[in-house]
Amino acid sequence: MARSESSRQATGDPAWIRRSLIALAFVWLAAVVVLPLMAVFTQAFAQGGGAYLESIFSDETRFAVKLTLLVALVVVPLNTVFGLCAAWSIAKFDFPGKSLLSTLIDIPFSVSPIISGLVFILLFGAQGIWGAWLSSHDIQIVFALPGIVLATLFVTFPFVAREVIPAMQAQGTEEEEAALVLGASGWQTFWRVTLPNTKWALMYGIVLCTARSMGEFGAVSVVSGHIRGVTDTLPLHVEILYNEYNFAAAFAAATLLAGFGLVSLIAKKAVEHGIRRQKILSGEPS
Amino acid sequence: MSLAIFKRQHSVLPGFGPTMGVTLLYLSLIVLIPLASMVWKSYDLGWAEFFAKAFSPRALSSYRVSFGCAAIAALVNLPAGLLVAWVLTRYEFPGRRILDALVDLPFALPTAVAGIALTSLYAPNGWIGEPLSHLGIQVAYAIPGIVVAMIFIGLPFVVRSVQPILEELDPDMEEAAAILGAGRFTTVRKVVFPLLQPSLLTGFSLAFARAVGEYGSIVFIAGNMPMKTEIAPLLIITQLEQFQYSSATAIGLVMLAFSFVGLFAINLTQWWSRRRHGQI
Repeated sequence: MARSESSRQATGDPAWIRRSLIALAFVWLAAVVVLPLMAVFTQAFAQGGGAYLESIFSDETRFAVKLTLLVALVVVPLNTVFGLCAAWSIAKFDFPGKSLLSTLIDIPFSVSPIISGLVFILLFGAQGIWGAWLSSHDIQIVFALPGIVLATLFVTFPFVAREVIPAMQAQGTEEEEAALVLGASGWQTFWRVTLPNTKWALMYGIVLCTARSMGEFGAVSVVSGHIRGVTDTLPLHVEILYNEYNFAAAFAAATLLAGFGLVSLIAKKAVEHGIRRQKILSGEPS
Repeated sequence: MSLAIFKRQHSVLPGFGPTMGVTLLYLSLIVLIPLASMVWKSYDLGWAEFFAKAFSPRALSSYRVSFGCAAIAALVNLPAGLLVAWVLTRYEFPGRRILDALVDLPFALPTAVAGIALTSLYAPNGWIGEPLSHLGIQVAYAIPGIVVAMIFIGLPFVVRSVQPILEELDPDMEEAAAILGAGRFTTVRKVVFPLLQPSLLTGFSLAFARAVGEYGSIVFIAGNMPMKTEIAPLLIITQLEQFQYSSATAIGLVMLAFSFVGLFAINLTQWWSRRRHGQI
């Protein structure tokens, strides 16, 4: 939160410095962030609204959207359940190796998306560790939907856990202990006490996880094999169209992804607002 | 791994066993075993072959491009991120919340979208690329293009690392410095800046690490010429497409080792930051 610095003469900056720094910040973000976003929408409509609608509603784009949503629908619930389990055990209990476990959970954040895809090729690909066994049993994982799901699970693995762990830690254990003493079961305590107290952090994690699972490109591109109409998710579809010099269609599909991204950004800001309000209501300094 | 070593201290809360079990199982299946498979696969290679593949001239050149460009991009993001964080925490002005939201846009925008958007901007016929090309500067399909994409994806890291520290900074100290006769510039340089140093370092390392591993937003704008503008993640993909699995594994392992060193370094700077911050 910005303080009202004008009342503090000694620590305030002169007006001309203030104005030029604010202007500089706006110019920098406009050049780096806003211009590319504008370029996406301008290029998408370069051949008119009719061509835009046509490429949005083409069979291939519709398939890519469906596949992307399907992957998110599998990945987000799995990582949410995992995130809640990890948060409960890490935040509510003390055990040796706790900080090591937290670091291990964060690994996917620091690994290149290409590595995240490569490891599944090495496990399940034709020359992979399980490759011969899988092909003799006629099971296909890479260059198919399971591979895409696995790579996306890996990439988005920490998002929910990362947000919920600190929230549960900050909350402490007194309220749960009180509920248990008063006769609530473990589940009741979790649903009625823990979850309501951490709901904003949980939603925040889910928003981030969903956005990333729909937008992931590198990891998915390694495991998907780019089979059109079979394994091309929306980001891969954008790449295929772009590499075919079908720029208007590529940018049209990209507006869908950018739209998802903007919605997730707005949801994120709304959730952040909720977290701040909850903090103020519970009397914590923000 | 037996659960006995994770024996919890006495607590009345239920559910430690099952949740810890799910956590460890899921972590192993999705993250640890897949990563271990890469180390396992590279054992097949033997040292000599591993080194030949991991440090071939083409691989070395790709590391140079990835690490060099990532360092330049993170260095650009350092003062820019500090500026944005400063403006966001210190000044009240119309549009502050929009500016704050814009910082997160590189996180929210899928990398493939960012990649084609930046390429269309900086291509020789693009909004920015055309005026630059008249000046004889080529950005897209050359090294500067890679740096531009890395600046884009690294933008939020420095801002978001510095911002919370700047928010919690006690204004009394600045006031004290001012009352004791320090000018504004001296106060910022001698009082504020040292306190921000650890978080600047964290932001720099996060932006650097992210840029080194980045693929989606770079691959469109880079030009992808072997030995010139080929980044390491792309080289891995190229090797995979040519069924050179051992090469891909060797290069991947070098990148993975770097990630772990980076993760360790970032944890270290955060620990340092907490210690420094705790002393205030």
